[in-house]
Amino acid sequence: MLMQLAAIWNYLIVILLMMVGLFLVISSANLVKKLVGLSIFQTSVFLFYITLGRVSGGTAPILTDAPDTLYSNPLPHVLILTAIVVGVATTALGLALILRIKESFGSIEEDEILAAKNESAAADMAQAKPGVEA
Amino acid sequence: MTSIMIDMFLLCLLVFIAVMILRTSKLIAVIVMSGGYSLTSAAIFVNLDAVDVAFTEAAVGAGISTVLFLAAMSFLPAEEKVSSKSGSRYSWMLIASIVCVAAGALLVLAALDLPAFGDPNAPAQLHVAPRYLEESGTLLHIPNVVTTVLASYRGFDTLGETIVVFTAGLGVLLLLAGATRTRRPHAADHTSQPKAVSRVGGKTKRGVAK
Repeated sequence: MLMQLAAIWNYLIVILLMMVGLFLVISSANLVKKLVGLSIFQTSVFLFYITLGRVSGGTAPILTDAPDTLYSNPLPHVLILTAIVVGVATTALGLALILRIKESFGSIEEDEILAAKNESAAADMAQAKPGVEA
Repeated sequence: MTSIMIDMFLLCLLVFIAVMILRTSKLIAVIVMSGGYSLTSAAIFVNLDAVDVAFTEAAVGAGISTVLFLAAMSFLPAEEKVSSKSGSRYSWMLIASIVCVAAGALLVLAALDLPAFGDPNAPAQLHVAPRYLEESGTLLHIPNVVTTVLASYRGFDTLGETIVVFTAGLGVLLLLAGATRTRRPHAADHTSQPKAVSRVGGKTKRGVAK
């Protein structure tokens, strides 16, 4: 029973973490918290790949002189190395966007930004109308 | 067996931190906890034999991203606004949880068909990985197979990654230099951090002057 649970435990936790990340991205109105949710989601995908590459009884894929050593799969490790670096790049871009949004709308809460946007659009309409008529 | 126990325990810790992040509204605490989350996942990577991934995650995920978040926080309000308890907000949360639970249930269904954890005969272990492990030592004389695959067998992947990072860096520079900025004089009025805003404003003015 315990062995059966251990066989799928990593997958279950990865799915749980992915759900938490997705929920944060969809439901949280704060943009910084959305970005943290995105990185939780990302890390769950990393864990999934590394879990797939694991070989029980194996060791890290660094070659040793001992014959018949069992190594874990190096390919998922390489893919995830790339993904981690790209993940930080997207985080930096997201933060830059948040800073600009804060500068333009004075808030990082989704509902307040939408309200400010509607307000300024209405103001623009009111300003533009006399021009159109003339 | 011990390694499996450690793995299960650390994964539970990870879920605990994620739930704490979900429930906290102080943003600095959220960011520090996400740094701890990255560090815990790095420990899990060591336990799963992915040492290269572990130190990249510890340095880049727990280090650089936390620093970036904290640097950005000096311009942002430190606390999440407690959402107004309106009906639309609740129904939105309900929709979000339904979507998450549905996606999770489908994934659990799919996960039951995956090969068991650590199975040496799983399809993923039988394709190109044996060739990398057998060839790379004699052909390229680099003991670390991850390095060999990253720089040689999949060198173009790494080139693509560099291009992505360069593009992101360019994007950040363009966004923060504010060359295309439209001025909104009223935006600066209703803010609680006059000092931080004036610093951003100073940066932008220089960008415009160029």
